[in-house]
Amino acid sequence: MNNMDFAVLAITRDNGMLAAAVEIFQTYWPLFWNGIKITLLIALSGTIIGLAIGLVVGGIRAAAQPDIRDSGAAQVAKRVVLFVTGIYVEVIRGTPMMVQAMFLYYALRPVLGWTPIPAGVVIVSINTGAYMAEIVRSGIQSVDRGQTEAARSIGMNAGQTMMLVVLPQAIRNAFPSIGNEFVVNIKDSSVLNVISVTDLYFQSLSISGSVFLVQETFLVTAAIYFVLTFTTTRILGMIERRMNRSKSSYPASQTVPKMNMLKEEGKK
Amino acid sequence: MALIEIKNLKKNFGHLEVLRDINFNIDSGEVVCLIGSSGSGKSTMLRCLNLLETPSGGDILFHGESIVHGHVNVNKHRTRVGMVFQSFNLFNNMTVLKNCMVGQTRVLHRSPKEAEEQAMTMLEKVGMADFAGASAQQLSGGQKQRVAIARALCMNPEVMLFDEPTSALDPEMVGGVLAVMRELAKTNITMVVVTHEMAFARDVSDRVVFMDQGVIVEEGEPEVFFTNPKNDRTREFLSRYLEA
Repeated sequence: MNNMDFAVLAITRDNGMLAAAVEIFQTYWPLFWNGIKITLLIALSGTIIGLAIGLVVGGIRAAAQPDIRDSGAAQVAKRVVLFVTGIYVEVIRGTPMMVQAMFLYYALRPVLGWTPIPAGVVIVSINTGAYMAEIVRSGIQSVDRGQTEAARSIGMNAGQTMMLVVLPQAIRNAFPSIGNEFVVNIKDSSVLNVISVTDLYFQSLSISGSVFLVQETFLVTAAIYFVLTFTTTRILGMIERRMNRSKSSYPASQTVPKMNMLKEEGKK
Repeated sequence: MALIEIKNLKKNFGHLEVLRDINFNIDSGEVVCLIGSSGSGKSTMLRCLNLLETPSGGDILFHGESIVHGHVNVNKHRTRVGMVFQSFNLFNNMTVLKNCMVGQTRVLHRSPKEAEEQAMTMLEKVGMADFAGASAQQLSGGQKQRVAIARALCMNPEVMLFDEPTSALDPEMVGGVLAVMRELAKTNITMVVVTHEMAFARDVSDRVVFMDQGVIVEEGEPEVFFTNPKNDRTREFLSRYLEA
């Protein structure tokens, strides 16, 4: 894209590490920028798809929690479901994403014929899905059982109860953890360089190779990662405060309301 | 024919027998209070009536039809039997108005306009119309419980089940909730109330049922029941309340 001739001006550390880092950033910012775009693309789409996976798997795992009221057959079915979903969650959480990337990318390349970036999105999604499943499960379990009982008692079916009452509260409770997964993905997508995903880390590596100044280049890289995660954390914090703010302008402290109890006109 | 007929009702939780052979009928328009010590099975019996608990044995007939055996639309049955919980259980992610509307629009498929009118009428009845826009979390316990009553009434149920509706309230709040229930009892709705409020049971109910260890020990009209209980266990139970 940019046909700059990078090799003409040799960058040196004669004026100190910081000056060299600034110079590297100024010279190579298009390459850094390309890396940033890939990093954010993978982190964002991986988090969103991972959340979708987590909602399904976590929802299933929450529904399959043992209950004293279950019949024998239901107990067995629940145990099977918990076991199968448990394999996914435990294996993914118990192995490094870098290893998962190597295995899945090369194992599936003959079948799917995929390139590094789509593969990276899929790997981050699958990885995040396992963590999200546990976040969603505990979020759902944190919602008081009484909420479900009340919903069922007015005739809502299980699906309506989940979608209208339980899940909105579960997501609100779990939002800090869900957002944290995004921040983690911004950083941890760097391991995808092992399958040649041209993210920020990969770009930095090639820049450092061409200027022969590793620490200066990665000082820039660290600063960029920090700006990305710090900004994201702030934005997530803002969303969280917005969600927790009550939905109406109704004052929180109050006096006893006027009691127009059971007015005759109200009777049916 | 009685509105609700309970026949040989049994409920076990694992090896724990909570209800043992309950037989009793509730007539349409009747106000029945269930009393008894904790663990006597009164809440469990109440929860069997709207199938929040599935009976382990026996049968419950509603309008002469079994709600336990055969082809039963549980969700439809529940729209006809409203329930008020000890812990209110207002939907925390909704406003007061939305709490009262969601069942109407999603379950009864009423239009939002119709649902809102009905919700406001019922909130007016319980004295909470001014709080329609408040979120559930902003209310005091007594206010929450009155909204919970309105939410249940919005579905136009034939029966209202109350599971210790005032037990989680501080004493100042109890009066408002009981006042709403007293007014409700004057209408022709059927009410089954699990309560420790003996004064309420005596004044409002048509019949008092005393349960102990999963069986009905004694039942009768409140006047007779409270002044001249026949059973020793009933006498012992009531004496604790009279002393207090």
